[in-house]
Amino acid sequence: MDPVRLIIVAVGGQGNLLTARVLGEAALASGIPVHMSEIHGMAQRGGVVESSIVFGDAQSSIISDSEADVLLGFEPAETLRALNRCNKNTAVITNTSPLPPFTAAIGKGVYPPLNQMLDLISAKTASLKAFDALKLAHEANNPLGLNMVLLGALIRSGIIPISADTAKQAIKDNTKQAFLESNLKAFDLGFEAAA
Amino acid sequence: MHKLLLDQPGKEMLVLGNEAIARGAVEAGVACATTYPGTPSSELSLAFFQMSKESDLYFEYSTNEKVALEVAAAAANAGIRSMCVMKHVGVNVAADALMTLAYIGVKAGMVLLTADDPFMFSSQNEQDNRYYGKMAGLCVLEPSSLPEAKAMATYAFELSEKLGEPVILRTTTRINHSTGAITLGELVKPNIKGSFTKDPFNLVAIPAVSRRLHTRLLQRLTEAEKITDQSDYNYVQGGGAWGIVCNGVSYNYVCDALNDLGVTDKVSILRIGFSNPMPVAKVTEFLKGKEKILVAEEGEPFMEEAVRSMAQEVGCTIPIKGKGPELFSREGEFDPAGVRKAIAGFFGVDLAPAAVLDLSDVPEIPARPPNLCAGCTHRAVFYEVKKAAENMEIMHPTDIGCYTLGVLPPLSSADFLICMGSSISTGCGFSKFIDQKVVTYIGDSTFFHSGVPGLINAVHNNHNVTMVILDNGTTAMTGHQPNPGVDRDAMGQEGYNRISIENVVKGLGVESVTVIKPYKVQKSVDAIKEALAYQGVSVIIAQELCPLYAKALKRPVKKPFRIDMEKCKDHRLCVDALGCPAMYVENNKVAINAEQCIGCAVCAQVCPEHAIVPIRD
Repeated sequence: MDPVRLIIVAVGGQGNLLTARVLGEAALASGIPVHMSEIHGMAQRGGVVESSIVFGDAQSSIISDSEADVLLGFEPAETLRALNRCNKNTAVITNTSPLPPFTAAIGKGVYPPLNQMLDLISAKTASLKAFDALKLAHEANNPLGLNMVLLGALIRSGIIPISADTAKQAIKDNTKQAFLESNLKAFDLGFEAAA
Repeated sequence: MHKLLLDQPGKEMLVLGNEAIARGAVEAGVACATTYPGTPSSELSLAFFQMSKESDLYFEYSTNEKVALEVAAAAANAGIRSMCVMKHVGVNVAADALMTLAYIGVKAGMVLLTADDPFMFSSQNEQDNRYYGKMAGLCVLEPSSLPEAKAMATYAFELSEKLGEPVILRTTTRINHSTGAITLGELVKPNIKGSFTKDPFNLVAIPAVSRRLHTRLLQRLTEAEKITDQSDYNYVQGGGAWGIVCNGVSYNYVCDALNDLGVTDKVSILRIGFSNPMPVAKVTEFLKGKEKILVAEEGEPFMEEAVRSMAQEVGCTIPIKGKGPELFSREGEFDPAGVRKAIAGFFGVDLAPAAVLDLSDVPEIPARPPNLCAGCTHRAVFYEVKKAAENMEIMHPTDIGCYTLGVLPPLSSADFLICMGSSISTGCGFSKFIDQKVVTYIGDSTFFHSGVPGLINAVHNNHNVTMVILDNGTTAMTGHQPNPGVDRDAMGQEGYNRISIENVVKGLGVESVTVIKPYKVQKSVDAIKEALAYQGVSVIIAQELCPLYAKALKRPVKKPFRIDMEKCKDHRLCVDALGCPAMYVENNKVAINAEQCIGCAVCAQVCPEHAIVPIRD
């Protein structure tokens, strides 16, 4: 199949790597070639964590600027920051609940207003699905389930060749038992929100 | 059971590159694995560590890379297959051992894994460790994919035994930290019983012996030249008159680029996976009938120079290019678009313009650099040292670990850094020649790694320097590995001896030794003031568990804090002095994110209005 290139951007601790893992397992289960890359180490100390996942017939595990087919953003300013990874055909899905960096708190820069950020993303890309994923995670009784909410929304978009059932099975196989129910609930809420 | 110990040949499994390599070593029957943790190799060591709990594998976190290499070298000279894992700069530490180990050789297979870090995602330089193979006279293998990384990890042991020499398996971050599918192979029962036969005139590197061993090493290298020319890891793909020589992850970008450009049929690829020694006959054969050659390799022009010199040898004068302004950079890492552009430019292929978005109207977004965690003990120490030194000019040589992040404002507590252990040694040099008071920072693991010799130097040569040892009870930056000072009983690990930093420091003859508990601000400031006033070597040991590690150990959780708005007079000392990520400014007032706050209470002690108070239920 033609490659589909997904970039996930998040702030350290938001569960980006687990989302990538679940997608990778789901792709493997679906017989779709998958190459993934991520940045660990110093990048994780509250910095930006980025995963790239290339589904389909390609050998590279990273994605060049302007070449993402889908951008999944866990934090609105980080989604905006990653616009250089997009082109006019890119589909963008983002959480809208902000997590301003500490640099904004100490007066090094101003966190842009949410509406302005969403307008910019929307104007430059093919589609934008933006919603408060944190709220839905709370609704699922699992504030850490933000990643599963966004995963649900991504699967609903239909751009990634993975079915909801396969994704849910991968969640079952790769997340902690104690969070399973709320993770699946979070996934469903995200899936519905992206309708 | 650890997933990498599964005895299910043929099973497909999604793994991290580091795990693929660990599995490859296990399938070769590795019986001894040693390491000093370093990104991007750390998960490989972790996998060995975990597996050692469930199998006959011996694993250790060694004090530093040199020690790790020597332990593994001894195992291999006792007939035990061993692997030694480190990041690229770790090989610099181990290099003294490596250079002469190449003379001595090994009895059983030994593999040195060096994880290079082009673009320096978490490193201080981006040196290209293929040159270590050349310098030491050792074979270098470089995988392009995860299945190949696993296969090479197995093969490297065979190759090592064939030549009687250690083999270097060289990866880059995009192999170690990529994820993909591998297929499990057969497990073998490792040989875990070593033996040693005395043979001093082959095993003791005195000049008379080494002269002979050098001759033998060169003979083995000649043998390696035959093997690399026969190796399936060096292969030709395609049959066009344009030639591309590539290695590692560059190969993937080249393949994708040729597809994207629709020129697969015009290009022949020589993929080099066995890169030292380079395969002379294969390269020479590849040059035949080619119009021009592009060499695609991250880092230095290692292959490019070799190919050009081989071409000169056979009188081949076609253009051979690699590094250059319009082609490839020696800096950073490659990416698919960059490689596509270089190929199109070099061979004159039409390239669709990049679909770059116009982002000129996007406002500047505040940066999100990595930061010390909420409640990090290092933050408290940096604040306290500043406070204690309020009327002094100080400069801070720092070291490698989380505390290097103290370089950022508002802490601004890092002024000089080269490498592991350099804080105290450079502190010796600075203190001799500058007017500022020199206060050095080093973590507990780095202290054991290479800080001790610098401290001995400071004491012996009577330097005027204060060494702050940030003892957070773990090797935090790379993911909470133990070190010699760690309480491993608390980790549920038996059979280790804990070394007291305080005893080491006192044993070295340091007369001014102060232990502080950094969450107690005023007490710490007072103690630091005394240490700073001391003429000569003073050592401050700041003892407090890394909060992330304390959480992992399930230590009691403290109540988070909040701002009492009636008391807050908006001095912003808390935010401006500490820069704790749990604090933010909302509606022009400071607030605390209770989900991030760990209740360290440092900010509460900094606030002159006592306006930061614990949240009561």
